[in-house]
Amino acid sequence: MNELASVDWSRAQFALTAIYHFLFVPLTLGLSFIIAIMETLYIKTGDAHWKKITQFWMSLFAINFAIGVATGLIMEFEFGTNWANYSWFVGDIFGAPLAIEGILAFFMESTFFAVMFFGWNKVSPKFHLLSTWLVAIGSNLSAFWILVANGWMQYPVGMHFNPATARNEMENFFDVALSPVAVIKFLHTVASGYVIGALFVVGISAWFLLKKKELLFAKRSMVVGATFGLITSLFLAFSGDESAYQVTQHQPAKLAAMEGLYKGESRAGLIAFGILNPNKKLGDNEPEFLGDIEIPYMLSLLGHRHVDAFVAGLEDLVYGNPLHNIPSASERIANGKIALQALSDFREAKKMGDAPKMRENEAILQTHMKDFGYGYFEKPEQIIPPIALSFYSFHIMVSLGMWFIALFALVLFYILKRDITRYPLVLYAALWSIPLGYIAAEAGWIVAEVGRQPWAIQDLMPTHIAATHLGGGNVALSFTLFAILFTVLLIAEIKIMLRQISKGFEGGH
Amino acid sequence: MFELLSFLQLQQLWWMIVSLLAGLFVFLMFIQGGQSLLFSLPENEVEKSMLINSLGRKWELGFTTLVLFGGALFAAFPLFYATSFGGAYWVWLAILFCFIIQAVSYEYRKKENNFLGQKTYEMFLYINGSLGVILLGVALSTLFSGASFHLDENFFVQWDTNLRGLEALFIPQNYLLAFSLFFLARLSAGLYFLSNINHASLHVRIQKMLLKNTLLFLPFFLGFLAWIFLKEGFAYDTSGVVHIEAYKYLSNLLALPVVAVMILLGVVLVLVALYLGIFKANVHGIKVMGVGIVLAVMGIFLLLGFNQTAFYPSLSALQSSLTIENSSGSHYTLTAMSYVALIIPFVLAYITYAWYAMDKKDIDEAEIRDASEHHY
Repeated sequence: MNELASVDWSRAQFALTAIYHFLFVPLTLGLSFIIAIMETLYIKTGDAHWKKITQFWMSLFAINFAIGVATGLIMEFEFGTNWANYSWFVGDIFGAPLAIEGILAFFMESTFFAVMFFGWNKVSPKFHLLSTWLVAIGSNLSAFWILVANGWMQYPVGMHFNPATARNEMENFFDVALSPVAVIKFLHTVASGYVIGALFVVGISAWFLLKKKELLFAKRSMVVGATFGLITSLFLAFSGDESAYQVTQHQPAKLAAMEGLYKGESRAGLIAFGILNPNKKLGDNEPEFLGDIEIPYMLSLLGHRHVDAFVAGLEDLVYGNPLHNIPSASERIANGKIALQALSDFREAKKMGDAPKMRENEAILQTHMKDFGYGYFEKPEQIIPPIALSFYSFHIMVSLGMWFIALFALVLFYILKRDITRYPLVLYAALWSIPLGYIAAEAGWIVAEVGRQPWAIQDLMPTHIAATHLGGGNVALSFTLFAILFTVLLIAEIKIMLRQISKGFEGGH
Repeated sequence: MFELLSFLQLQQLWWMIVSLLAGLFVFLMFIQGGQSLLFSLPENEVEKSMLINSLGRKWELGFTTLVLFGGALFAAFPLFYATSFGGAYWVWLAILFCFIIQAVSYEYRKKENNFLGQKTYEMFLYINGSLGVILLGVALSTLFSGASFHLDENFFVQWDTNLRGLEALFIPQNYLLAFSLFFLARLSAGLYFLSNINHASLHVRIQKMLLKNTLLFLPFFLGFLAWIFLKEGFAYDTSGVVHIEAYKYLSNLLALPVVAVMILLGVVLVLVALYLGIFKANVHGIKVMGVGIVLAVMGIFLLLGFNQTAFYPSLSALQSSLTIENSSGSHYTLTAMSYVALIIPFVLAYITYAWYAMDKKDIDEAEIRDASEHHY
């Protein structure tokens, strides 16, 4: 019981760190490119206004960057502190992208960050511009490697299980680094960062226009932000579609939870809007939704690229569906237990120096390896992720994503073709969409990580096995300390940011 | 190229890389050392700002090296990463807390409406520079003094004390390394300030500080060396069985003459750098210090992991002790990572270039008072 509480606290602590971290990272990802574009315009035109614009957004970038660095450090070490079993079980694969992130990306970011902020009068304008671009590239490179690591947890590839070391070992680096899940996860996540960066620039510029202040600076910023935002929000939708396709192929339970799909069907429709029925249980005849709007055939098309395709529901995955060759969770649990027993017998044989027995058990283990993690479960229903959280997060994320495309198109139209200052509704919509960007991004992470449950590594290691044996009290205390510290720092960040914004483009650095 | 190396050679190569990173990190602790001097060295607000702006342009390098140190351990020695971070939970979390507060303090300290006030952020920097370094020293010292843990059949760590790492604070010998690092960081900071702050009266105070801290550093450092060379160590035989051996680290020193020369040369260079700083206020002292620290720390780390030595000894289950052979990544991963590590010289080159470009002109009062520049 105590260990169960420890796992829950560790999950809460990691979620807390990740949620805080992802308040700051997307803005870094997006704003860094927007700043680089602005500085490029300055160098190209020699117009001092562009320099002031660049420096204003850069000062906001720095405030946000500092706290992103702080929360990022914790994330890296929390794999060890709270997920020690995980760190051994997959450290041979998972550790590499993290180390590469450090070598390739962090040093680039941190070195050129200093040049970007302190080098205006110390290095040549071109070297300064290069530094600004390198900060943007470094930030995005960093995102690539951490998302390779995350993508591997969702879809483990390029490795084999070594019974002698009781861990997974890397077999092909390129399979890990270029896994389709990792690549699309990277593209979708950085695109969300670009959109947040654009929402931030457009929203704050809208505030200046509403206040009738800094009109030239704000309008120029808005044009850059909205153009960047429209392109990247379209890309976000495209990468989201591809991401959903990958989820269907590799994490069918996650997709079923995202869509509230209990019974699988061919020509499945996509729920555009729905209210889940809280009384619905697996296997009963209650309706899934109290009310919903469905787009016919869309889910089959989205998940399998074919309108006639069968999309598995939660009941198919738990109870099996022989017609569509889907094994039941009970069968997979039985296979997993055979694998775990074979591992145990392998160890015994190794202790006794019985080589034939070792080979025999290793063969049994490898045959059942794809269901290895299921061996830790007792009930088939344990394989279902939290449905309501996955469903609502997914739908909030998608709806907001669509809104952002419309918003950027509207803003661009009004700023290029009309006098946007005469349309306060558009400006207010832009301003109030800043928090919506963060809500969409966090919802995206909830879909990705809550939808992955109960797995730490899909099909290989359940979350409750991955955690360090810490005892609930220790993690409850550290969770509380982190929550207090991060919240205090967030308050400080927001207060400083608001003051810096109110000082405007001429307000110094 | 790296595929042709044996598993043991790759493990040794990666222990050398980890040792090098440890050396670089200890050198970059001049940032922490400088932070620990914020309330004693400057005489007014402008001087304090000069120190903070001098450190503020480098703090991220130290922070990044710490992150890379963690990442490299995760990739190359995942069993150490899992065992130590998961096991000695509280000591590592305490260190992390000290670094979280550093990350925001430079940027937020002087900002208007900063919620906690300038003094609090300066106190954060001080805590990071003092408590953070001392805790890191204690944690690193457990590589010599050992820790109470055992590994189960899945190699999952079980920690054998309820204090989860804080028990290391109750071993007096661990403070020898902790305070050696603390004073060493202050000494490096003094030499660093001499190299890039142009301020005559500050230089005089730095020289005095260097002398005082040298006198404090030496007893702790010599005490640390005496402790490790006189204590027993944790050795393992060719079949991997761990046993306790008298004077293990001393015999490692004698068995590894190249390492012995590295340590000796490193210590001599540190002393030369201190002489240059204390008596000449020399601007190049920091470079000599840097080379000295990297050599000495790397050498001490090599003593820990080479010559059949368990680098993370278990006090409660001797056979659970970690060695570079039983805790490393696979042959394939170490090979792949070695190719990635080839980029490190390139990274060091651009860091050096950027450092050179930014430090061409010393920091002075005029720059700190110039409102058109970005300042911390």
